[in-house]
Amino acid sequence: MTDVLTPVLTDDWDADRPWTLASYESRGGYAALDRALGMTQDQIVDVVKDSGLRGRGGAGFPTGMKWSFIPAKDADNPKPHYLVVNADESEPGTCKDIPLMMATPHTLVEGVIISSYAIRANHAFIYVRGEVLHVIRRLQQAVREAYDAGHLGKDIHGSGYDLELVVHAGAGAYICGEETALLDSLEGRRGQPRLRPPFPAVAGLYASPTVINNVESIASVPSIIRNGPDWFAALGTEKSKGFVIYSLSGHVNRPGQYEAPLGITLRQLIDLAGGMRAGHDLKFWTPGGSSTPLLTAEHLDVPLDYEAVGGAGSMLGTRALQIFDDTTCVVRAVLRWTEFYKHESCGKCTPCREGTWWLVQVLERLERGEGTEEDLDLLLDQCDNILGRSFCALGDGATSPITSSIQYFRDEFLAHLSGGGCPFDPAASTAFAAEGARA
Amino acid sequence: MQRDKLAPETYDELREIAARYPQKRSGLLPMLHLVQSVQGRITPEGIEACAEILEISAAEVSGVATFYTMYKRRAVGDYHVGVCTNTLCAVMGGDAIFAALKEHLGVDNDETTDASGDEKAITLEHVECNAACDYAPVVMVNWEFMDNQTPESARQLVDDLRAGREVRSTRGPAICSWREAERVLAGFPDGRADEGPAAGPASLVGLEIARENNWTAPSPGGERPLEQAPVDGGAR
Repeated sequence: MTDVLTPVLTDDWDADRPWTLASYESRGGYAALDRALGMTQDQIVDVVKDSGLRGRGGAGFPTGMKWSFIPAKDADNPKPHYLVVNADESEPGTCKDIPLMMATPHTLVEGVIISSYAIRANHAFIYVRGEVLHVIRRLQQAVREAYDAGHLGKDIHGSGYDLELVVHAGAGAYICGEETALLDSLEGRRGQPRLRPPFPAVAGLYASPTVINNVESIASVPSIIRNGPDWFAALGTEKSKGFVIYSLSGHVNRPGQYEAPLGITLRQLIDLAGGMRAGHDLKFWTPGGSSTPLLTAEHLDVPLDYEAVGGAGSMLGTRALQIFDDTTCVVRAVLRWTEFYKHESCGKCTPCREGTWWLVQVLERLERGEGTEEDLDLLLDQCDNILGRSFCALGDGATSPITSSIQYFRDEFLAHLSGGGCPFDPAASTAFAAEGARA
Repeated sequence: MQRDKLAPETYDELREIAARYPQKRSGLLPMLHLVQSVQGRITPEGIEACAEILEISAAEVSGVATFYTMYKRRAVGDYHVGVCTNTLCAVMGGDAIFAALKEHLGVDNDETTDASGDEKAITLEHVECNAACDYAPVVMVNWEFMDNQTPESARQLVDDLRAGREVRSTRGPAICSWREAERVLAGFPDGRADEGPAAGPASLVGLEIARENNWTAPSPGGERPLEQAPVDGGAR
C-alpha cells in the first residue's frame, strides 16, 4: 500500500542548505548521472518512456515520447540539438517549480544533464521567469558549482560527453510559458507563439531539433534513472504514473506543497491541509491553474489525474489547486482572471487579442450590475469565437473560467443584476478578515 | 534627469552576455536587464548599444523592450514594490494591500514616489501571479518574495524601505537595490545565493505531514532494472 504523501522531489527541502552541491552530493546527488552516462541514449529514452512520466507543465504529454521525436543526427540532419527547460512558471495558482529551484536546484541541473545526453544535445538552457531573483541566484550558483565539479562542461565524468548550460532570465511575459513563444523569447525576440507544424522537435530553437520540458518533468528524471521505471510506474493510476507536487492555495488552513502519487483527491488534500478555514465551505476551485475550468464541491472526490479531471470537464494542468470559500464572489474572481488574459495576450492572433478585450468589457458591466441576462449568452458566444481559433492556448484558457463559472454559478451573475452590483464584501474573503482589516 | 553614460565597461559586459549564446541575439533580454541596472530604465542609448552589438536595428530592440513588463521606459525608484492582484492574491487581500499602499505612498499604479533628502524612492506597481500562491497575499520587492502580507505589514515594509532600513525577504536575503537586482538578472551573480532559507513554511507543510506520519515514497523494489551502481533510496 502506497503512503498518502510520497516525498521525492520535495524530500530534501528540509535538509541543511540543500541548495549546495555538497549537500546534494552527500545524499547521492549526481550518482544517477554516472549511471546514465553508462547507458546508451536510446536506453535512457526507453527508461523514461517505460516509467510513464508525462509532462508536468500542464499538457501531460509523455516525456519519453517527446524525446523520441528528435531526429537522429546524420548527414541529412546535421543541426545541433537543444534542451530548453521551461522554468517560466506563471500560470495563476502554480507555485511548485519556484520552491523546487529555490531549495534543490541541483536536482534540476542533474536532470538537465541526463536529459540533454539522452537527446544528444550539447547545449541546454533554463529559461526562468525574471521576477524571482533569489531563485535565479540559486540556479546560477548551482550551475557554477556543477561546472567546477565536472558535472558540466567538457568530457563530463570522463564520458566524452560535453554540455553547456545557460541560466536565462526572462523579463515578464506570461505568454513565454507557451513553448514556442518561449523559443522566440530565447532567440531575443518578442515572445509570440509559432504556428505548428513544424514542431519544436523538428524546428525549435534556431530552427534546430529542440525538446522543451517543464522543471518538474526534468527534475523527476534523476530519480527515475536511480530507482528504475518500474518504481516510478508503480505509483499513480493506470495512465497517470508517478508522483507530482500538488499546490494548495487560498482558503484552506494549511496552504502549501503536497507531493503525492497522481490520483489523490481534493477531499484528501483538504483534510491534510487542516480543512477549509473555520466557518466556511468550499465554493469553487481550479484543478490546474486559471486556464482549467472551475470545479465545485461536487468534484471533491474526483481522482486528480489526467483522465479523471478531464472526465469531470476540466484539466489536471499544473495541479495548481486554488481554493475559494463561500466568501468569494465568482464574478469578481473571473473578471480578474479575464483582465489577466487580456493583459497577457501577446497580440498576434486577432480572436485572442480582441476577444479578451471584449470579454473584460462585458464582465465589468455585469460586475457593476449594469448588464442584462443576455450578456451571459453574449459572453458564451464570445468564448465560442475565441476557443480554438488562435495559434496557442492562451485564448482558450481565457474562456475556461468564464464558461465554467456560468455553468455552475449562473444565479450569482444574475444576483449582480438584480441587486445592482456585487453582493459580496471583499474584506470577508481576505486572509486577515479575522482581524477586521479593511481596504 | 541626469543620465548615466554607458561606459566602455558596460559595452564589454553587453558583449560578454551576447557571447554566452550560440547565436548572439539570444542575449538581448539579459542585455536589456544590464542596461536597466546601469541606467535605471531602458534608454535610447541602451537600445542603440544593444542594436549595435547584435547587428540588428534599434527598432527591433525597441520592439522587444516594449513587449516585456519588466523593462521600464520611465526611471524606476530605488525599490520596485509589486503587489500581486491576480485573483487568488486579490481575494486573499492583495486588493486591500494595493489600495493601502497607493494611499500611503500617494502614488498610482506604475508611479514613483518623490524622494527628498536621504529618503529612498519607491515605484509601486500591481503585478500578475508571481508563483507564490501558497503565501498569499504576496508583495514583491525588487523581485524578492515578501510573503503573507497585510495592509499594515505592507505599510511598514515601504516605510522601512523609504527610510533605508534593512529589509529581509521572507524567503531570501536582505533586499538589494533595484539596479543591483537587474544586474543579477543580466547574469552577473552577486554572491548572495547562500543567504535566506531553503524553503518557506508553506513549501514544507506536505513534507512535515509526511514526516509526522512516517510516509515515504516506496523503496526501489527487489530486482533492479538497471545495472548495479551504488544508489541511495528514493526515500530516507
